[in-house]
Amino acid sequence: MASVVAAPASGPVAAHRGDRLFGVVLAAAALAVPLLLGGLLLALLAGAWPAVQRFGLTFFAGSTWDPVTHEFGALPFIYGTLVSSTLGLSMAVPLGLGVAIFLSELAPGWLRVPVGFLVELLAAVPSVVFGLWGIFILVPWVRSVLTPLVKGALGFLPLFDGPPLGIGMLAAGLILAIMVVPFIVAVGTSVMRAVPTTQREAALALGATRWETTRRAVLPYARSGIMGAVFLALARALGETMAVTMVIGNVPQIKASLLAPAYTIPAVIANEFTEATSDLYVAALIYTAVALFIVTVVVNAAARLLVGRAARDAVLGE
Amino acid sequence: MAALAALCAALVLAPLFLILVFLTRAGLGAVNLEFFTSLPGPAGERGGGMANAIAGTVYLLSLAAVLGVPLGVLGGVFLAEYPHIRLTHLARFAADVLNGTPSIIMGLFAYILLVLPLGHFSALAGGVALGVMLIPIVLRTTEEVVRLVPSSVREASLALGIPQWRTTLQVVLPTAAAGIITGIMVGLARIAGETAPLLFTAFGNRFWNWDPLKPMAALPIQIFAYAISPFDDWHRQAWAGALVLVTMVLLVNVAARTAAGRQLRLR
Repeated sequence: MASVVAAPASGPVAAHRGDRLFGVVLAAAALAVPLLLGGLLLALLAGAWPAVQRFGLTFFAGSTWDPVTHEFGALPFIYGTLVSSTLGLSMAVPLGLGVAIFLSELAPGWLRVPVGFLVELLAAVPSVVFGLWGIFILVPWVRSVLTPLVKGALGFLPLFDGPPLGIGMLAAGLILAIMVVPFIVAVGTSVMRAVPTTQREAALALGATRWETTRRAVLPYARSGIMGAVFLALARALGETMAVTMVIGNVPQIKASLLAPAYTIPAVIANEFTEATSDLYVAALIYTAVALFIVTVVVNAAARLLVGRAARDAVLGE
Repeated sequence: MAALAALCAALVLAPLFLILVFLTRAGLGAVNLEFFTSLPGPAGERGGGMANAIAGTVYLLSLAAVLGVPLGVLGGVFLAEYPHIRLTHLARFAADVLNGTPSIIMGLFAYILLVLPLGHFSALAGGVALGVMLIPIVLRTTEEVVRLVPSSVREASLALGIPQWRTTLQVVLPTAAAGIITGIMVGLARIAGETAPLLFTAFGNRFWNWDPLKPMAALPIQIFAYAISPFDDWHRQAWAGALVLVTMVLLVNVAARTAAGRQLRLR
C-alpha cells in the first residue's frame, strides 16, 4: 500500500524529467539531419569558392575545359548531363508508364506481385554492375547492331552522324533508361492505385472498356503524380555516376550526334577529382557539383510536390 | 492494349535477366576459393582475388552503420512520435533531399570534411560518405514502421504508469524492431554497391588494411578499376566481383521482402 501511495509523489516528476531528456535526445537526432544538409551545402560552397570567385556565372557558359591553362567552362558537362538524362527519360517514361498501367490496371492478380518485385530488384542492382555490363555487352551491341540499324533508317539526320564507336550518348541514354525505369514504375503504380475505385466504376458503368477507363478516368486523375514520377526519375538520371562514366566516352565536347562520345557532371568529378592538381581545378570540379546539387534538389522538390500527399508516404519514403 | 502493357513489362525486365545471365556466365568461372582468400595479383598476371576488397566493403559498411543507424533510428522515432511539429517537417524534408542527392556529392562532402584536413584518403572518410547516405534511408523506414505500431499498445503501457520514454524504448521499439532491422539491412544493401562516393574517400587499396585512417579497398571500387583495365583476367575478376556483390544485394532484398511480407500477414 505504501508503494502505491509513494509512487504518485515521486513518479510523475521523475517520469517527466526522463521524458524531457529522452525527447531532447530524439530531437537532437532529428535536428542532425537538416544540420547535415546545411553543412553539406556550406562545405560544397567553401570547396568551390575559388572557382566561384574566379569565374562567377560565366563558368556555366564556357565550353573550354583545359586544366593546363586553368580555363574551366562547364557547358559540355551540363550539355552531356541534360541530353543523356533526357534521352534516358524519353525511353524510360513510356515503358515505365506501360508497366505501371499493367501493374495497377491490367495484370492478373497472380502476376502483379512477382513483376513488381522484379522491377524493384532492377533498382537494387549497383550502378557499377550496370556499368560493367554496359562496357562489355551493351556497348558492343550498340556498335555492331543498333548503330547500323539507326544509321540505315535515319542516317541522313545529324543526330546519327559519325563513326559507330558504341560508347557515347546513345549508350549512356540506354543505360540510364534501364536504371531509372524502376522509379517511374514504383511511383506511377502507386499514384494510379491511389485513384479512387469509384472513378473507375463510373467509367465502366458508362460502358467504357478497361483501356478507355484507364485512359479517360485513371490517367488524367493521376497526371500530377505521373509528372512527379518523371521528375523523380530525372533527378536520379542527372546524378547517376558510375554506369554513365563507363559508357559515355568521357570527351568534353558538344556534338549534335547521339553516337558521339560526351561527358557528364558526375562523370567528370568521378574521373578527374583525384587527378586534379591545382586548387582551382579542384574548386572548378566542386563548382560543377554545387550546380548539380542545386538542380537535383529543385527537381526532387518538384517531384514531391507533384506526387502529393496521397502517394507520397508510400513512395518517396522508400 | 493489355498485350502492349505486358510487352512493356517484358522489355523492362529483359535487362535484369540479361545482366543476371551475363554475370553468371562471365563471373561464375572466376568465383573460387582463391577469389575469396587472396589479395589482388600483379597487373597482367593470372590469379589473385578480392579478399581485401570484400573485407573492406564490410568494414566500410560497419563504419557507415555506426554513424547512420543510431541517428537514423532515433531521428525516425522522433518523426513518428512527434508528427505535427515544425522540426519534424524540416527533418523529413531534409532527409528526402539527402535521399535524392547524387551519391558522388556525398563523396565530395566527406572529402572536404575529412580528406582535406587529414591530408590523405581514408576508410573513415569512405565510411562517413556512406553513413551520410544511410541516415535518410534508415530514418524514413524507421518512421514508417514506428508509425504502424498501434496506439493501443502505447496507451496500454502508459496506462500502467510507465513513463513515455520507457514506453518508447521498451514497448514501441521492440514491437517495431523487425521492421527497423529490415530497413537497416535494405539500406546497407543499397549503399554496399556505391562506388562514386568511395573513389576519392576510401580510394581503394591493393593490400590488407585495418587502419581507419588509411586508404581501404572496397568491392565496387575494385570492380570499377578492373572493368576499365586492359587485362582479360582482370575483366573476369570484375565479373566475379560483380556476381558476388549482386548476389549479396539481391539476397538481402529478397530476404527483407519475405520478412516484410510475413510481418504484414501477422498484422
